Amino acid sequence: MIKLETTLLAQPLRPDHKAILNLVPSGASVLDLGCGNGELLFHLINLKGISGRGVEIDEQSIYQCVSLGLSVSHQDIDDCLAEYGDASFDYVVLNQSLQQVRQFEPVLKEALRVGRKVIVGFPNFAYIKARCQIFFSGHTPVTPSLPYQWYDTPNLHFLSIADFIQYCRQNNLRVEKTVYLDAKREIRLWPNLLAQTGIFVLAGRTEDPARQRSLAGGKLKR
Amino acid sequence: MTTMTNSTDGLAAQKSRDTGIMATSYLTIARPPHELILESGEKLGPVTLAYETYGCLNTAKSNAILVLHALSGDAHAAGYHQGADNPGWWHNMIGPGKAFDTDRYFVVCSNVIGGCKGSTGPSSINPQSGQPYGLDFPVISVKDMVQAQSCLLDYLGIDKLLCAAGGSMGGMQVLQWAVSFPERVRAAIPIATAAKHSPQQIAFNEVGRQAIMADPNWNGGRYYNTAPPARGLAVARMIGHITYMSDASMAAKFGRRTQNGGQGVKFSPEFEVEGYLQYRGDNFIKRFDANSYLYITEALDHFDIANGSSLSEVLGKATGTSFLVIAFKSDWLYPAYQSLEIVKACQRANLDVTYCEVNSTYGHDAFLIEIEEEEHLIKHFLRRVSGD
Repeated sequence: MIKLETTLLAQPLRPDHKAILNLVPSGASVLDLGCGNGELLFHLINLKGISGRGVEIDEQSIYQCVSLGLSVSHQDIDDCLAEYGDASFDYVVLNQSLQQVRQFEPVLKEALRVGRKVIVGFPNFAYIKARCQIFFSGHTPVTPSLPYQWYDTPNLHFLSIADFIQYCRQNNLRVEKTVYLDAKREIRLWPNLLAQTGIFVLAGRTEDPARQRSLAGGKLKR
Repeated sequence: MTTMTNSTDGLAAQKSRDTGIMATSYLTIARPPHELILESGEKLGPVTLAYETYGCLNTAKSNAILVLHALSGDAHAAGYHQGADNPGWWHNMIGPGKAFDTDRYFVVCSNVIGGCKGSTGPSSINPQSGQPYGLDFPVISVKDMVQAQSCLLDYLGIDKLLCAAGGSMGGMQVLQWAVSFPERVRAAIPIATAAKHSPQQIAFNEVGRQAIMADPNWNGGRYYNTAPPARGLAVARMIGHITYMSDASMAAKFGRRTQNGGQGVKFSPEFEVEGYLQYRGDNFIKRFDANSYLYITEALDHFDIANGSSLSEVLGKATGTSFLVIAFKSDWLYPAYQSLEIVKACQRANLDVTYCEVNSTYGHDAFLIEIEEEEHLIKHFLRRVSGD
């Protein structure tokens, strides 16, 4: 167990994890939906002192999360949010998982109810390499952020950064902040063409600015 | 030579993971006029509890774990009794370096009241008549079992458990502990269990009870000086064993293989699965009391931790308790949805809960068999809650 923790702490942070660590204030309460092997939650707890819970559908990932000392639930994101009250977490994180849920809209809507803020991170389907692969070779793109073959992919929704911006506008979702990344660095110019990953901070539906200001950490009972 | 050395090393390694030779201890509480007031309002006393302990209680008395047994279990959870071939029922989980690491934790296991393995139950002598209680024994509940265990902990000087853990009926006691004594339970591990029995679970238990009561030897529970209702109890146990296994685990274990080349006497057990069930039934009657079976299954059927309120409200009392809920995919007696109900109630109550549905083909029995995954989950969870 100690070995795994040490290895994680020694490894460089994944760029998207680094970006999310910068977005989440210290001491916040976080629900990580699709927390995978728990890396992000682990770093959030260790580096930002957040109190966090995870939801993950893969059994082997649950074992790894538990060995990292995380509080995780082996559930499907598609039906795990109904139990939580409005604004019961400061942040709900859907990093690299929202494109894999069956019911994109209901899950996002529920996340916006449960979280005061929601962080969504997804692979950009309109990334230049993906465009080139479609355009020049006529094949379904396989890129570092979309590494799966068409016949073996967990992704159900293929969206671009432009798609998501449009979606937020059409649904009156307030985008508070965006971070666009390629493999190594932040992208500021033409993100829909040059970024592999888009990360959005959305204001939750029940966010109360006054309450937000008095936000203190460690609200979760442990 | 090399092989021999290896196997000796293996044996030594195995033994070093054992708790060694154990003996059951007995504590008598609730002597009149301080009887235990049961949930039914009736009084029971004196009450003897059979228990075993493994490992050492630290000076802060903060490392105690109570493991709670299932329907037919007993206080003998780990190690070997003198001269015994088989170890305790959760031997592969309790011991040095195991899930419940006796180098770190002080593990206590007690036989439930109503049982027949050293704790006061229907086969015990009723002090008022000088005869075994039989059906004069009062109705007991899971809550009563837990109340008696709390007296044992008082006696052992344990104010607060690091953890209460158990599978099946043991899991129900875990939930009851968290609700009855929330301030005494730092962590709870209910495994392959339910917040209340479903009609299907009650139905299987009822068939078992009817089998016992249909045996003429049962005689209204008065059989302690005559032949016991062995056939009835054996049939009850056979039904139980069917529900503890899965279709897949039965197929893997027996297939349609026959014994005696299939040339048996008419209607004698021919298929291996029949022989297995008979063997299990026959074994059970040597070690279990039919009346205890009736009382305990009745306690399980009436168990409903929420008892009319919402489950999250009731579990929500355990604000300082962390939960690890474990279910098994092929368990159709205590299906995973029942564990998930507990998990969701914890989430609604904003409790710290970890949940895993372990992929196993062993059915309900998995909580005794699927050791590797269970050990991993429990070991790391305990390290977290104990602050290691």
